[in-house]
Amino acid sequence: MPDLLNAVLVVVLVLNLFALGTSRLLAVIRIVAVQGALLGALPLLIHDRPSLSVAAAALAAVALKGFAVPSIMMRALRDAQIKREVEPLIGLLPSIVLGALATALALLFSGQLQLSDSRTSALIVPASISTAVVGFLLLTTRYTAINQAVGYLVLENGIFIFGMLLVEAIPLVVEMGMLLDLLVGVFVIAIIANHINRAFSSMDTRRLASLKE
Amino acid sequence: MVDTVIHVALLFLLPPFLLGVINKTKAKLAGRVGAPLLQAYFDIAKLARKGFVLSGTATWVFRAGPAVALSAVAAAGLLIPFGRFDAPIAFAGDLILFAYLFGMARFFTMTAALDTGSSFEGMGASREAAFSCLSEPALFFAFLVLAKLSGSLSLGKMLMVSPESFASGAAAPLILISLGLFVILLAETCRIPVDDPNTHLELTMIHEAMILDHGGPWLGTILYASSLKLFVLVAVLANVIVPFRTGKAWLDWPIFVGETLALAIVIGFLESAMARLKMRRVPYLLVSAILFCGSAFILLVR
Repeated sequence: MPDLLNAVLVVVLVLNLFALGTSRLLAVIRIVAVQGALLGALPLLIHDRPSLSVAAAALAAVALKGFAVPSIMMRALRDAQIKREVEPLIGLLPSIVLGALATALALLFSGQLQLSDSRTSALIVPASISTAVVGFLLLTTRYTAINQAVGYLVLENGIFIFGMLLVEAIPLVVEMGMLLDLLVGVFVIAIIANHINRAFSSMDTRRLASLKE
Repeated sequence: MVDTVIHVALLFLLPPFLLGVINKTKAKLAGRVGAPLLQAYFDIAKLARKGFVLSGTATWVFRAGPAVALSAVAAAGLLIPFGRFDAPIAFAGDLILFAYLFGMARFFTMTAALDTGSSFEGMGASREAAFSCLSEPALFFAFLVLAKLSGSLSLGKMLMVSPESFASGAAAPLILISLGLFVILLAETCRIPVDDPNTHLELTMIHEAMILDHGGPWLGTILYASSLKLFVLVAVLANVIVPFRTGKAWLDWPIFVGETLALAIVIGFLESAMARLKMRRVPYLLVSAILFCGSAFILLVR
C-alpha cells in the first residue's frame, strides 16, 4: 500500500511544520501525539500481510507514542504549572521556514543516498531526515525542559521512520526496547520537571546552566 | 449546453446561500437559532433598494470598484469546471487569467478604498495588498502542481483531478496543495483565522475596513461579489479534494452542490473552533500555505 504510506508520511511532514509553527505548548504536545500515533501504525502499512507480532508492536507503539507519552507530558504540564507559551530562540516564522527548507533539501537530495528501497515508499528517507532535523530544531531553539522533551520525541519519530527501511532486519525486541527507553525518558523528564519547579520556580534551561552551590 | 446553463445559474444564484450555510453552522454550534439560510439574499435585496451617500473626494474610481470586482470574479467563475462538467470558457493558460482576474478585483477594491480619502480605509487597503502578496505565490504553486499532474495549462483540464492520480502516487502532493488552497480560500475570502467578517474593530479589520464608505447598492454588490469569490474558491478546492464522479449528469450536479455545501459547513466549524489570528501572525499562516504548495511541487518534480 505505497499510496496510503505516502499519504501518511506527507501528513507527518505537515505535522512537523505545524509543530514548529504553533505557539501553544499543549497544541505542540497534541500534534506530536498525533504524529506518534500515525507513525506507530506505519509497520501495518509496510507489511503486505502483517503478522500477529507486527500488529502487537504497532498497537504498543500507537498506545505509547500516541497516548501514554503525551498524557505524561500533559500531566507534568499541569502539575508543574509550566508556562503554556512556547518561547523559541528564533521566531516561529523563521523556524517554520528552516523546517520547510530542511524538508525541501531532504526531498531533493535523498535520491542521492544509496538507501532508497524501491520496494517501499520513496518518501521514507526524506521524511525521516526532515523529521529528525525538525526534532533537532525543536530541541535547540526552545528553552523549557518540557519543550525540549517534545523536540526529543520528534527526533525519535524521525529515527523511527528510518527504522522502517530495516523493518525486516530489526527484531521486535529491539523495537520494543526503544519504545520503552522513550517512555522512561519522558517519565524521567516529567519527574525532573516537577522537581525543578519545586526547587527553583523556573524551567528555563538557560538559568539552569548557571546553577551554583 | 444544458450543463453550461446550469453552470452559469449555479454561479450566480448559489453563492449567497453558502454564506447562509456558514452562518447557520456557526449559530448551531454556538447554540443559537441563527439567521435564516437565505439571509444573505435578503440583505442584498435590502441594500439594492437603498440610496447612498458619496464622499466629497470620491471620483469614478470609487464607483467602478464594486462593479469591476463583481464582473472580474464572475468571469473567473466561468473559467473553472464545476465537478466533472467543463468550464464554459477554457483555453491554454487561462490559469494566469484566473489568478489576475482576482488580482484586478482586488486592485479596484483597494483603489476605491483609497479614493475615499479616509486614512482608515487606506490602512485596510495596505493590509489587503500585503496579505495578497503572500497568497498569490501559494496559488501559483498549487496551479503548477495541478498543471504538472494533468499535463495541461488550462484550468478546465487541470481541475479535473482524476481518482487515478490519487492512486498513482500523486496523493501526497494533492494533500499538500489542498491544505494550501484551503488557507488561500480563508485568506482571500476574509474568513476567521485571517479576518473576521463580523467585527468592526478598527485595529484588526482587513476587508471590512476597505468597504466602510460604500453604502446601498454598492455595498450589496460588494457583498454579492465576495460571496461569489467564496463560491469560486470553494469550487476549486472541491474539485481537488473530491475527484470521484459517477458519470451521470443528473447525479453529478447534486454531488457538486453537496460538496460545496459540505465545505461551507467545514468553514463554519473552523470559524467556531478557532479565534482569529493576531494581525502579525497572519503572514505565518500564508507563508505556510506557500511552503505547503511549494513542497508539493518539489515532491512532484524531484
